Amino acid sequence: MTKQTWTRRGLLVALSFATLLVLAASIRYGAIDFSIPAIGRALVSLLPGQPEPTLDQRIFLELRLPRAALCLLVGASLGVGGALMQALFRNPIVEPGLVGTSSGAAFGSALFFVLGGALHLGSSLWSLPLAACLGGVVSTYLVFLLARSREDGRASIVMLLLTGLAVNALFMSAIGFLSYIARDPQARSITFWSLGTLSGASWRAVEVVAVSTVAGTAVALRYAKQLNALMIGEEEATYLGVNVNRLKWVILSVNVVVVAVATAFTGVIGFVGLVVPHILRMMGGADNRFLILGSALTGAMLLSLADLLARLSLRPAELPIGIVTSAVGVPVFLLLLRRRQYVF
Amino acid sequence: MLEARDITFRVGGRALVSGVSASFEPGRLHLIIGPNGAGKSTLVKLLARLLRPHEGRVVYEGEDVRHAGEAELAKRRAVLSQLIEVAFPLTVREVVMMGRYPHFGGRPGAADEEIVDELMKFFDVSEFAGRNYQTLSGGERQRVNFARVLAQVWRPVSAEATARPRCRYLFLDEPLTFLDIRHQIEFMKKVRSFSGAPDVVAVGVVHDLNLAARFADQIVLLDRGRVAAAGPLAEVLTAERIREVFGVEPTFVPVEQSGVHLIFD
Repeated sequence: MTKQTWTRRGLLVALSFATLLVLAASIRYGAIDFSIPAIGRALVSLLPGQPEPTLDQRIFLELRLPRAALCLLVGASLGVGGALMQALFRNPIVEPGLVGTSSGAAFGSALFFVLGGALHLGSSLWSLPLAACLGGVVSTYLVFLLARSREDGRASIVMLLLTGLAVNALFMSAIGFLSYIARDPQARSITFWSLGTLSGASWRAVEVVAVSTVAGTAVALRYAKQLNALMIGEEEATYLGVNVNRLKWVILSVNVVVVAVATAFTGVIGFVGLVVPHILRMMGGADNRFLILGSALTGAMLLSLADLLARLSLRPAELPIGIVTSAVGVPVFLLLLRRRQYVF
Repeated sequence: MLEARDITFRVGGRALVSGVSASFEPGRLHLIIGPNGAGKSTLVKLLARLLRPHEGRVVYEGEDVRHAGEAELAKRRAVLSQLIEVAFPLTVREVVMMGRYPHFGGRPGAADEEIVDELMKFFDVSEFAGRNYQTLSGGERQRVNFARVLAQVWRPVSAEATARPRCRYLFLDEPLTFLDIRHQIEFMKKVRSFSGAPDVVAVGVVHDLNLAARFADQIVLLDRGRVAAAGPLAEVLTAERIREVFGVEPTFVPVEQSGVHLIFD
């Protein structure tokens, strides 16, 4: 163990550095590039007694910086969500997007957006993420309900994936319907949730997602040992002192909250939760404490990288990030699948 | 002391275990035998509190375990089952360390590491401590699992200021299935040496009557969910009962090691 603990610790440190490097690049480059002294001056302008920030500095402080921060947090959320779902289902092929959580959350957000406008609902900081959570709960619950076998009440992984596919299609078409009936400026905002983009980043979004990401990861880490015990089966985990039913509820709830809140501000971003824990498992083994922390870091890093790509490839325009993660994630995932034979 | 007091367990209206009463003293090895469908495995699961009886009580040292906390119970009760699959690549050492999970909060302490080392040596798996469990053979896996399960109850339960010293409980739920004869004998010898401790209650299910005859101190014979007989070997395994319960004709051959060997017809 001791040797492996060190390798894992080394990996986590290396990942932290890599994440910082990517972060540095992602705040420097974009539609406008900022030199390091310019970044320094922009940050200094925040101090009391300094002259008002210039337009460029405001772009940096109010657009670039919150976007980079949101990107880290959302990436971490999706990574942790993926690690949790894979541990819970004891299967490396699951991710929050596949069991309906993301599309339900996106639908919840879009519905709130449309109804909120029509009914003049007050929109406070927390109402949009709350709507996303409700959507995520409904869709995830629906998938489980429909995937359960009539005989023993358990869901096989194949049923779960197929049901997830159907429920995803349902909620995506519901989003499509909303954008179809909505008037034009609204309609374009609604497609935002189905494509996934970080262009709507603001400091308010960062605040909310920071709370859910940090709290979710902290709770998840507390249950890492119990998730490890689950790897040898539900019965065996019970013998090791785990209350399996409670564990399932806690982990599913953490997953829904973490993923839904992220989705509320960025839309559906697929494959991060699927690929990230997979890569980590190959590098450092299956221990869930390592996987959860590592997935948060790797998710943050990879999503920042993807966002950088999304911003630079069509400069000064940008691609929705969901397109980038799918385009990069799918081939990587297929490659990983073919290299390692998983039976399920 | 472990007691089953008139326990009944039903699935879909059919009683798998009905009205079973039995007591299991510490320091001895109790083996449950019986034909297929007699309810042996269900009884062990009830005794180990994976299942809760619909009627009656399972009592550990005078306390009903129905409401005992899962985490607290795991410190003094361990269960070895049939072959165990691990969902993700774990090292052998990580699997054995799971047996210590009930005993530490965040990270394993020095005592946990020590116990894991000791048990890996005891079961002769130290040499592949760093290997992926999934790549092991069936016999190797079961050795690793036995090390894991014994690690859970390897040391006596620490006596808190108020409580009297408590028993440790080891249950074996048909652990020998899929093992070759050499491993079966080796396992049973180790179980016996462990169950000799004065604070260990050991209860297991085995299929092979000769294995039971060779290793058990006490035998419980189950038939269709009920106790047909219980007690020392010579009292339980009579020719008449074997005929009645298993439907085969036994011949008793006296041998040196265990006193008797059974041949069936």
